[in-house]
Amino acid sequence: MSHQLHAGPTEASPRVRFSPLARRHLIQKVAFALLWLAGGSAVAALLAVVGYVLVQGIGAINVDFFLSPPRGGLAGEGGISTTIITTVYLVLLTLCVATPLGVGAGVFLVEYTGEMQGQSGLIPRLVALARFGVETLAGVPSIIFGLFGYALFVSALGFGFSLLSAGLAGACLILPVVIRTTEEALLAVPRSYREASLALGTTQWQTVSGVVLPAALPGIMTGVVLSVGRIVSETAVFYVTLGGSSRAPTSLFHSGRTMALHVFYLATETNAFQKAMATGTVLIVSIMLINAVINYLTGRFTVR
Amino acid sequence: MSNDAKRIETINYSLYYGGFQALRDLSIQIHANKITAIVGPSGCGKSTLLRSFNRMNELIPGVRTEGEILLDGQSILGDTDVVELRRRVGMVFQKPNPFPKSVFDNVAYGPRAHGLRRKERLSDIVERSLKAAALWDEVADDLYRSGLALSGGQQQRLCIARALAVEPEVILMDEPCSALDPVATLRIEDLMRDLAKEYTIIIVTHNMQQAARVSDYAIFLMMEEDRAGTMVEHGPTSELFTNPKDKRTEDYITGRFG
Repeated sequence: MSHQLHAGPTEASPRVRFSPLARRHLIQKVAFALLWLAGGSAVAALLAVVGYVLVQGIGAINVDFFLSPPRGGLAGEGGISTTIITTVYLVLLTLCVATPLGVGAGVFLVEYTGEMQGQSGLIPRLVALARFGVETLAGVPSIIFGLFGYALFVSALGFGFSLLSAGLAGACLILPVVIRTTEEALLAVPRSYREASLALGTTQWQTVSGVVLPAALPGIMTGVVLSVGRIVSETAVFYVTLGGSSRAPTSLFHSGRTMALHVFYLATETNAFQKAMATGTVLIVSIMLINAVINYLTGRFTVR
Repeated sequence: MSNDAKRIETINYSLYYGGFQALRDLSIQIHANKITAIVGPSGCGKSTLLRSFNRMNELIPGVRTEGEILLDGQSILGDTDVVELRRRVGMVFQKPNPFPKSVFDNVAYGPRAHGLRRKERLSDIVERSLKAAALWDEVADDLYRSGLALSGGQQQRLCIARALAVEPEVILMDEPCSALDPVATLRIEDLMRDLAKEYTIIIVTHNMQQAARVSDYAIFLMMEEDRAGTMVEHGPTSELFTNPKDKRTEDYITGRFG
């Protein structure tokens, strides 16, 4: 067969005119150069931001910066110790609320209502509405979550500016992220695992808890760690729910200040530009570490 | 036909996917401790019929059935508990589908789900099932390696061991060798002959030689004009293959279509 392909044109079929080889190679080179330029400038822009913050901030970072609390004042004296503590508390609190709810909701939407899609009736409609709600919430600006948290948790429920209010509002913020990553992780689990399990005479819950969730765990973990980054970097929600106390909270009802919020206060209420950049540096490095954890987790769990 | 004991019987059984009729009016007997092959051209409903015996079709929304299926004289339709039915009627799938767990956990999965917790008891069952599936010698040195690290043929035998571990009475096999090489295929076929001493086996296969080699009985299905599967012929494999009563069976098994 193959030699016939190279037998050349016959009388019956006139020779096809291909474009010149040199021209195609030239187009390839131009396209490659343009893509390289686009990629290069994107990376350069990102490095510029990170580099600027690092260069500006690195001078103010020392052991004392990590170990002393902000002392306030126009000069922005002190370090960031309490803001680190508040950030950690808030991350833990948020995850404690959002992870069980979000993972549970994701499992419900995929494993228990998946087959209702497109059906009529009240429950399928509610489920479709819930799914639509999750998608919408994922795109809502965070300040909206903040104002909602302010209206409900700070005012109506009387929690005041506190860790509790901020943790609940933060949970609302990351809930869509957790639900969607859980859904995606579950949908990526092959149908054959579910069939194999059900065919052994297991109940649906046994199948979900015994095979599907373990297989989806790396994806779910990725979503959870992603949410940690979201909470660490969030300001708008916590500006209107956490207050701004620079002391370390000792109860759920105490106000506090996360690192990101501290950058905001330093930048707007003091002239300690270097301190703001230093805090920014710590934030950026934290986010890098979180991303490294995500990469490690996904790499570790997907290689089998 | 023959005086082998009936294990499963379908009576005027029909199945619909929504408005589409996939199986029409099937009345079939499956004999105890024999291998029954379901053969026929693509799309004639072989897998659908097989999946009727453990009601796996019900995972697809909009499935509806008519008629009756009896297992040891008892209906398996209606409000029969499918969880218990599927323990009694195990299944091996077309593509080997071990769980992303260790060999041990794959086999112990079913017994654990049915409430067995004691380690010694589980170890017993795992060993017995792996031996019955002719895989023990190849994995005994390390039961804690991942089931996914095995070769395709080994994975399929692991899936057979996993099915055996819950002590089923009937084993359904949906083209169990179609993803395997010829050597692995022969090993599975040998294994099926061994298993038939204790279990009732129903196998769907595309491969006529395989049906002729392993099965005691054969069911030949075909599509009608509306694509619904119907039974053309049903009998001992030796008769069906050497002396088919229906012209369509003869055409199919001699490779004239399909």
